[in-house]
Amino acid sequence: MKFTLSWLKDHLDTEASLDEITEALTDLGLEVEEVVNPGAKLAPFTLARVVHAEQHPDADKLRVCRVETDEGEKQIVCGAPNARAGITVVLCKPGDYVPGIDVTLGVGKIRGVESHGMMASERELELSDEHNGIIELPSGHVGQKFVDWLAENRPEAVDPMIHIKITPNRPDALGVRGIARDLAARGLGRLKPLAIEPVPGGFESPIKVQIDPALKEKGCPIFAGRLIRGVTNGPSPDWLQQRLRAIGLRPISALVDITNFFTFDLNRPLHVFDAAKVKGNLRIHPAKGGEELLALDGKTYALRDGMMLISDDEQPESLAGIMGGELSGCSDTTVDVFLESAYWDPITIAATGRALKINSDARYRFERGVDPEFTLPGLELATQMVLDLCGGEASDVVVDGVVPANTRAYRLDPARVISLVGMDIPEAEQRATLAALGFALNGDMATPPSWRPDVLGEADLVEEVARIASLTKLVGKPLARETVGVPGPILTPMQMREKAARRTLAALGYNECVTYSFIDGASAALFGGGQDATRIDNPISSEMTHMRPDLLPGLLQAAARNQARGFADFALFEVGPAFTGGEPGDQHLQAAGLLVGHAAPRDPYGSRRPVDVFDAKADAEAVLAAIGAPAKVQVNRKAAGWWHPGRSGVMALGPKALAVFGEVHPRVLREMGVKGPAVAFTIWPENVPFPKAKMPTRPALALSDLQAVDRDFAFVVDAGVEALTAVNAAAGADKVLIESVRVFDQFTGEKAEAQMGAGKKSIALTVRLQPRDKTLTDAEIEAVSAKIVEKVTKATGGTLRG
Amino acid sequence: MDALDVLKAKYLDEIAAAADEASLEEIRLAALGKKGEISLKMRELGQMTPEERQTTGAALNRLKDEIDAALRARKTALADAALDARLATEWLDVTLPGRPRPRGTIHPVSQVMEEVTAIFADMGFAVAEGPQVESDWYNFDALNIAPEHPARQEHDTFFMHRDAEDPRPPHVLRTHTSPVQIRAMQKQGAPIRVIAPGRVYRMDMDQTHAPMFHQVEGLAIGKDISMANLKWVLEEFCRAFFEVENVELRFRASHFPFTEPSAEVDIRCSWEGGQLKIGEGDSWMEILGSGMVHPKVLESAGVDPTEWQGFAFGMGIDRLAMLKYGIPDLRAFFESDLRWLRHYGFAALDMPTVFGGLSR
Repeated sequence: MKFTLSWLKDHLDTEASLDEITEALTDLGLEVEEVVNPGAKLAPFTLARVVHAEQHPDADKLRVCRVETDEGEKQIVCGAPNARAGITVVLCKPGDYVPGIDVTLGVGKIRGVESHGMMASERELELSDEHNGIIELPSGHVGQKFVDWLAENRPEAVDPMIHIKITPNRPDALGVRGIARDLAARGLGRLKPLAIEPVPGGFESPIKVQIDPALKEKGCPIFAGRLIRGVTNGPSPDWLQQRLRAIGLRPISALVDITNFFTFDLNRPLHVFDAAKVKGNLRIHPAKGGEELLALDGKTYALRDGMMLISDDEQPESLAGIMGGELSGCSDTTVDVFLESAYWDPITIAATGRALKINSDARYRFERGVDPEFTLPGLELATQMVLDLCGGEASDVVVDGVVPANTRAYRLDPARVISLVGMDIPEAEQRATLAALGFALNGDMATPPSWRPDVLGEADLVEEVARIASLTKLVGKPLARETVGVPGPILTPMQMREKAARRTLAALGYNECVTYSFIDGASAALFGGGQDATRIDNPISSEMTHMRPDLLPGLLQAAARNQARGFADFALFEVGPAFTGGEPGDQHLQAAGLLVGHAAPRDPYGSRRPVDVFDAKADAEAVLAAIGAPAKVQVNRKAAGWWHPGRSGVMALGPKALAVFGEVHPRVLREMGVKGPAVAFTIWPENVPFPKAKMPTRPALALSDLQAVDRDFAFVVDAGVEALTAVNAAAGADKVLIESVRVFDQFTGEKAEAQMGAGKKSIALTVRLQPRDKTLTDAEIEAVSAKIVEKVTKATGGTLRG
Repeated sequence: MDALDVLKAKYLDEIAAAADEASLEEIRLAALGKKGEISLKMRELGQMTPEERQTTGAALNRLKDEIDAALRARKTALADAALDARLATEWLDVTLPGRPRPRGTIHPVSQVMEEVTAIFADMGFAVAEGPQVESDWYNFDALNIAPEHPARQEHDTFFMHRDAEDPRPPHVLRTHTSPVQIRAMQKQGAPIRVIAPGRVYRMDMDQTHAPMFHQVEGLAIGKDISMANLKWVLEEFCRAFFEVENVELRFRASHFPFTEPSAEVDIRCSWEGGQLKIGEGDSWMEILGSGMVHPKVLESAGVDPTEWQGFAFGMGIDRLAMLKYGIPDLRAFFESDLRWLRHYGFAALDMPTVFGGLSR
């Protein structure tokens, strides 16, 4: 919403400065976005008089002038043809910044003659494009500030334009008068009365109006208009054109300019029809669908069922409350004009405007709610202005429908206001504020004015009182904690897990990413997603159409981008939500890591090796440990299809998968444009069981003074035998004595097969025996060893390697 | 010089001249071995008179000890010399890099979320969560944003697909963290103090907007919690978060459907030399929206507005991160550019706490 200071002063009698007004506006909730003050750049310039002018000794086109200024007589060299003795000029002194030429003046020497400043043209001061000579003022005295002279003689040239942001609840502030009312309530002046004199009709309007019964209920409760015949529609007067230009509108013709003026001045959008082009009467009705209308913006709109139309006897003439039709629009040749003032239902207007994508000033206002009570007064005021500016004679008012009733009252509870706001606002002030805003007070009940459709409850009264009292004055008041003493933890166990997973992964050398929750459908499909349920109906781009089923596609895309930037070896992770469906509950937490390239950069020590499954597994295990997963989990091979079928595993507790790790399927890498090797893991922290009872106490530590004994075993087994089978078998050989079993070597491949036979490999285990009460004898060690060999060979079908 | 002195001089000379451990051993055997010269002399003591035995025995023992000590000293000296000689050959270029160790980082969004959580935890706020795919009821209606409310259009909402045969209105991607207010109050009732950090989504992408960003919601409901309390809480938060001695906040009346009265909150700052400084200067920067929870919102969440009142606020986490850490571009937050992650990321163990400080 834009307006100028002088426009505001049409409604507000105030001595307040521009700064005071703009500060108050922002504080009142009418946030000032921009102030364009054309006077600001003219502030340094003063009036001066040329006392004497003579030809420059060395230049034909220059004159040397003696100029009387507020600082005594100065010599100024001037090239303007009109520089001559006796004229009053605008002086720019050395040190002044001249906006039109973007120069800060100094004392100059022009062809050998000193010049102490310049006399400006209109263009040099950005007042107009005039540059045929310097400004000659018809009045004013030496030393007078030029801005003061302008304010007196050309006020529009220094009229500040104020642009404010209007929140959706304040349609009343979409008219200058509403803004003035707020400022008056704040105490920044007095709201000038608005006299509404009905204009008597001289004849019966030949155009009648009728609202379709369907719309009288909801849509258009009242529609009024009148014919004004014999008008002259030329350019509007200067003051009106300047007003409109100042707020960025293009003056069109007096009739159109008048409707625009009322839109901004009183938040009363109007429409004018060229009566000569209206056939018969006007009917306000819902569109059947399929009609077309050429609107004033030059575009043809196809109307849908239910949109509100104003039609004459032959065809649609106006898109009600949004935009008029081109065919019945006014032009310079308009002689008889039909002036419309109506109240339109905000919801219907909003729906139509949205559907047709028309953003007009009328739509903007009607969908927020104009003052329904002002429908007829607005028509009268506008009639008068048409008569004043265009002449003519007005008919009687034709009207169908009635102003919709919306009287309501809410209780003002002054104590509650104070309790909610936390400011001591006396009751009298509270009441005065509401009265100043147009509320009618009856005891403790307040009836909102018809221009405030947003006031719908007691809380709204509180807001009005608080905002006029000024929230800037609010003083903070401590809010004590609800409990005294050392506070308990506030994070839930799952929130702690999320944090632990994140910190652990960063400690392991991964860089945390935050990638978008939505990805493209093709990538989602690669990871088991991409169904309709997770599809966004109105995606912002084709790259963001589906909620991600998994964090890996986002990380892989990030990897591809980083590879394109020249990074080869890196580790990325993300902890965040993934989505299995489109319902609010279909969201779960994942922690995913991706290792790409080599485990280390090239270095002098040969650290470089490609990342492999066991890097991913180790990191997944570290995270699982950090979030409290049990040390022993099962590993199965039931990883989903986007993993390498032979090089991936799922860590699970029974049916619950805690994590999956492995090489990303080469086909997935190819489709996502990632150069391998790439290994990854996904952890589902919510699947990790919580301990049954939280117990900080640890089990007692059983230490033995007896020395442990390590024994190594190598077994020849089929290549497909899993190490874990051997480990578990060995561990089961003596559950008391065997403290740990660890794989310390494996021997596979051609050389192994050459030694041990086709399809064979060797697995080497080291078993630690921890005696509990006495040192083990050789015989006892042999007995356990034999048992281990027996168990492992039985479980694996292998043999002890000789 | 008696015979023992001669003997002593001889052995000490030999020991001094010994070049390696083997020679030393030879000398030891020659002097102190079973058949060594000194050992043999010890044996002769038995044939002496008690007086002779006493003097000669003592002298022999002294000699034996001296030679033994000399042998040990020489042995140590030889070992030291050998070690020195070895060490002299063991030279490495210590300017070579250490073995590479990857340095992981925490994303600024996560870090700032933890900072915010640490501060509000200290003021007695718990952390609430809610789904990111939300029903339109939680995202709008319950927050007093009616279907036809213009604010609903201004939210640039993403809608989820809805099957034709499903009569329900489509779900949305939550446009703010405010629905968590409703869910938290439904779950816990009043009194309540929670913050709700998380992802939110709006259909907006340009230089300063991303279709996804992060907000933190705050909610405090009690018997007499006022807007003045809200101001204090936010002042305390800003002072702690921006790690400055003083902050000055300015409340400006505004409008949000779910609060009444509503205020936008500006913080005093200066932009001298393009550098943001909080708490000084003559500029004001908008940092968040807030207000007293609208009675209809309390009702939606099953809390009696005649009995309970309180405040809510919402602010952008990404924006807080940008302001505090001087990060210029919002969209870069989600691009996962390693250069960015490493430059703006935080170390794994830089865990923000109120007692230890939020940042290094």
